[in-house]
Amino acid sequence: MFDQLSLNRWGALFALVACGALSPSAGVAADAATTVDVSKFVFGPKEITIAPGVRVRWVNHDEVPHTVASAPGQEKVIASKAMDTDDRYEVTFSKEGDYAYYCTVHPFMTGVVHVHKP
Amino acid sequence: MNTYDPGRRRALSCLSAWGGAAVVWTVSGGIPRALGATGTGMPPGAARDALTFVQISDTHIGFHKEANPDVVGSLRRAIADIHALPQAPAFVVHTGDVSHLSKPEEFGSAKEILKEIRVDRVHTVPGEHDTIDDGVAGYLKFFDHDGKGRAWYSFDQGGVHFIGLNNVLNFKVGTLAALGDEQLAWLKSDLAGVSRSTPIVVMAHIPLWTVWEPWGWGTADSAQALALLRPYGSVTVLNGHIHQVLQKVEGSVALHTAMSLAYPLPAPGQEGIGEPGPVKVPAGELGKLLGTRQISLVRGKSELAMVDRPLEG
Repeated sequence: MFDQLSLNRWGALFALVACGALSPSAGVAADAATTVDVSKFVFGPKEITIAPGVRVRWVNHDEVPHTVASAPGQEKVIASKAMDTDDRYEVTFSKEGDYAYYCTVHPFMTGVVHVHKP
Repeated sequence: MNTYDPGRRRALSCLSAWGGAAVVWTVSGGIPRALGATGTGMPPGAARDALTFVQISDTHIGFHKEANPDVVGSLRRAIADIHALPQAPAFVVHTGDVSHLSKPEEFGSAKEILKEIRVDRVHTVPGEHDTIDDGVAGYLKFFDHDGKGRAWYSFDQGGVHFIGLNNVLNFKVGTLAALGDEQLAWLKSDLAGVSRSTPIVVMAHIPLWTVWEPWGWGTADSAQALALLRPYGSVTVLNGHIHQVLQKVEGSVALHTAMSLAYPLPAPGQEGIGEPGPVKVPAGELGKLLGTRQISLVRGKSELAMVDRPLEG
């Protein structure tokens, strides 16, 4: 029953199943990121929840510059330079936690990235 | 997209149409009063040799979007207006947001253009657009400081004590910017040498009263600064940041915000307008919403007289 061809077929099937079990995001494209739109002086969504290892991308759609910076007292994981219109900034969050941030130019703009294992 | 609300601005433009292109404000008995501009363009009561200077603000060099594709052109229009004044100003003050993105090339370009103004000095204070990436360090390579790397300072001229403050230093999450304890302590010691009868002019980018907190239009610890200034007979606070003229009087302290030379911002609290973004106006209208302010010391009076001039009447 397990001739050479079948063995390869079973092996391929086993490998595919193993891949599926070990990396749930195997179907996600390499440049995927969770996007937060910075528009009309608001971070949208204001709060996001992602798994560790996911990349977050902020994109500025306003005509004035914004930044994203970790709130004081937090680890400085988020620290963009000035983002002009259409500029973007990305961070890959590897550790679990709640990362509060704000715009240093317009501090009334605030958001949170929640990083938790699924 | 912000819509253009003509209500208050139409009122102001009607006033200026009556009085000529400029709106003359004078403070009398603690209340600002708008008068017509005189034929000489000078505020009423100002003697020919009175100290006169000009306030410009929010030039945003580096901005090039639809609301104003040519901010350099607007600044040069303002400079032409300044040169056309019947009495040449002693100096110019710029109340911040010199640049749009805090880039060195923007600071350099702004500094070179400001040198075209035929005055001895242009005094500046930083805005939040000037301190984005590098704090105040990038700005200070080009502009005024106290000699110790801080953007606050004071000087005396024409019998008036001038104070420049930096209120774009202490941004905290979700709240207003602040002057900070170190600067307030400096202000207190600086004022110790000023007599009660000396007129004082304070320049700071963000308004030193809370115009509209949801948009960050205020300074968290301004009450402490105003308490230090309250004992003085004549205090004029010149602010920028909000790109429109608003005023408040508290006893002997008169606070005035200024027009921008880049783009208008919306009046706060309007229904359907949620953010302080650049306002696009119909062609030909922009020049009426940008402008300069001429300020004169009226001899024998403690108040300073002001003329707000749009770039276009």
